[in-house]
Amino acid sequence: MRKYIIAAAAALAVALPAMAGTGAPAPQFSLGSREGKDVSLAQYHGQVVMINFWASWCGPCRTEMPLLESIYKRYNKLGFTLLGVNVEPDSKAAIDWLKDTPVSFPILFDKDSKVSKLYEVAGMPSTVIIDRTGKVRVLHRGYKPGDENEYMDSIRTLIRE
Amino acid sequence: MQLSALAQSWRALRAARLSPFTRTLLALGICTAPVIGGVLPEDRADVMWHYYNGGDITVEGPSVLIRKKVGDNLSFTVNYYEDMISSASIDVKLSASPYHEKRTQWSGGLDYLHGKTMYSAGAITSKEPDYKANTIYFSLSQDMFGDLTTLSLGYRRGWDQIYRDIKDAEGNIINDPTFHQRADHRGYTLGLSQILTRNTIINFNYELLTDQGYLANPYRKIRYLSPGQGEGFTLADQVYPNTRTSNAASISLKHYLPWRAAITGQYRFFRDTWGIVANTFEVDYSQGWHNWIFDGSLRYYRQSAADFYSDLFPRADYQNFMARDRELAAFQTYTVGVGAAYQFPHFSWAPWVTRSSLNFHVEHFLAKYSDFRNALLAPEYGAGSEPLYQLNANVFTGFISIWY
Amino acid sequence: MRASPGTCGRGNAARIGRCVAAALLVAALAGCAAPQPWVKPYEREHFADPIMSENRDPVSSIYFEHVLESREGARGASGSVGGGCGCN
Repeated sequence: MRKYIIAAAAALAVALPAMAGTGAPAPQFSLGSREGKDVSLAQYHGQVVMINFWASWCGPCRTEMPLLESIYKRYNKLGFTLLGVNVEPDSKAAIDWLKDTPVSFPILFDKDSKVSKLYEVAGMPSTVIIDRTGKVRVLHRGYKPGDENEYMDSIRTLIRE
Repeated sequence: MQLSALAQSWRALRAARLSPFTRTLLALGICTAPVIGGVLPEDRADVMWHYYNGGDITVEGPSVLIRKKVGDNLSFTVNYYEDMISSASIDVKLSASPYHEKRTQWSGGLDYLHGKTMYSAGAITSKEPDYKANTIYFSLSQDMFGDLTTLSLGYRRGWDQIYRDIKDAEGNIINDPTFHQRADHRGYTLGLSQILTRNTIINFNYELLTDQGYLANPYRKIRYLSPGQGEGFTLADQVYPNTRTSNAASISLKHYLPWRAAITGQYRFFRDTWGIVANTFEVDYSQGWHNWIFDGSLRYYRQSAADFYSDLFPRADYQNFMARDRELAAFQTYTVGVGAAYQFPHFSWAPWVTRSSLNFHVEHFLAKYSDFRNALLAPEYGAGSEPLYQLNANVFTGFISIWY
Repeated sequence: MRASPGTCGRGNAARIGRCVAAALLVAALAGCAAPQPWVKPYEREHFADPIMSENRDPVSSIYFEHVLESREGARGASGSVGGGCGCN
C-alpha cells in the first residue's frame, strides 16, 4: 500500500509544477549589462518593469525590438522601465545585431540561463510585466504583430496604480 | 544501327519515363511545405534552372517558387516547373527514335497555422503530350511536449490520364486514338520529428502508397529469346499488374557541430507488392563559413528486381506479368554531390528584401545494373550475353533566392 | 477466466487488479502535466541556423528527389518536419 501512496505523491509532484504565476512576487536577480556594471531588478522597485527575454537568432524577437524601443521612450518618464534580457551564451551575435538596430533601454546578458530558468521562460520571446510592488502581473509568450498594443494597455493600467 | 523490330509508326520512348505516380510525387514535397516547429514558412521567391544529362538524355528547365504569408496564420505557395526533354536513351534506341518533349507542372498550396497545429492543403497538375496527372493533398502537423516533438499526418490522392504518341500520315505527332488509360494513386504519410538535445534532432517517416490502373510504360518493350530471328531476340509488349502497394520507412539524424557545421545520416527501407526491396543510405555534411554555406553528400542505393522483371525472357508469353523497365531491375546507385551557397549582404536599394542568396549544386551518380543488359550490343555478344548496363549522369541546379 | 479453488487464483487476480488501478491513478495524475521540455526555448539557437534546417531550399531538394525517384523503384518516406527555433 505504501508504495502506491509514494507513487501517487510522485505523480502529483510531477503534475503540479512550481511556477511563478501572475500575482506572485517577481524573482530577484542581478545580471551584467552592456555598460559593464551589473544591473539588478531590486534597483527598479517602485517602477513598472517589463522584462523581455530575447535572442538575436529569433525572428519574432528581432521584429519586436524596435516596437519595445518606442514603448520604452513613451513611458519611461512615467515610472516605467524595460529590461532586455538576452539569453545567448555567447553575446557577440547580439551585440553585432544591436549595432544595426540600436535600442536605448538596458540590455542584460543572461549567459548561463539562470534568469531564464528563474522565470521559467517557455517560449521565445517571452515578456514579463512587474508592478510597482514587485509582483508579476503579466506573462506573455511569443510575439505576434499587435501584441505591442496589449503591452501598452497593461503598462498604462499598472502605471496608474 | 537499325533493328528489325523498329515499329513502322513513330513511337516516343521515354527513357526518362516516370512511373505513373512519380510525376506527381515530385511536387508533393514542395507542397507539403516544411513545418518549422509551429511557425509558418518564410516568405520567399526562388528561381532555379535545373539540368540533367546522362544515358543520352538531357532534361532541363526552370522552376519558380513563390511563397507569401497573408495575415498571421495563412501562407500561400505557388510553383511552376518545366522539363524540356531530349532523349536518345538506350530504351529509345532499342525500339524508337530520339524525341523532344516538354512537361509543365503547376502546383499551389496553403498552410494554415492555428496554435500548435499546422493544416496544409494543395494541388498539383502536370501535363505533357501523352500524360496528364492531377493530385490533391492534405496534411496536418502538431507540435507537442514543449515544441520538441512534431507529429505529422498526410494524405494524397492522384488521378492520371495516360496516352500514347504516334505519328500520323503527315508525320505529325498525335495521341493514338485507340489508347487512353487511367491510373489512380493514394498515399498516406506519418512523420515524427524529435529534438533530442540542443544539437541533435531525429526524424522518422513512414509512407504507404497504393496505385491502381495502368501502371506500365506504353513505349517500352520486353524481349524474349528467339534464336535465329533478328538479333536473337524478339520485342513484345509489357504486361504489368494493375495494382501496386508500397511501404517505405526512414530514419534520419541531424547533429550540429560546434564549428558551425551540421552532419546528417539517413536510412530508408522500401518494400512493395511487386517484390522490390530497396535500401538507401545517405550522409550529408554542411559547413558554414562567413557568408557561405558548403554542402557535400554521399548516397548509396540498392534495390532488388521486381518479381516479373527480366532482361530476357526464355520465350513469348512466359508468365502473366512481364516487364523489362530498368527502374524495376536489380541495381545499385552511387551518388556524390557538392553545393555552395552565398548569402548577399543587405541591399540598400531594395530594403524590402531581407535576405538573398545564390546557390549552385552538382551531383554525379553511377547506376550499375545487375540484370539489365545493353540490348543494342546483341549482334556482337549474343542475346543475353551483352555487357551489363551502367549509367553515368550529372545533375546540376543553379538558383537565386530572395526572402522578403 | 475460470475461478479456481484455493487462495492462489483469487490472490493473483486481486493483486493484478490493484496494480492496474494504481497504474491508472499514476497515469491519470501524470497525464495532467506533459513531460517538461529538456531543451528550453532559449537553448534552441542552433536549430534557428539555416545549416540545421530540414529543408533549406525546397526548389532544389524536391528536384533532386524527383531525379532519383524517376530512376529508382523505391519511393516515399523522404520528407521531414520539425526542428526550427520554435519562436512564437
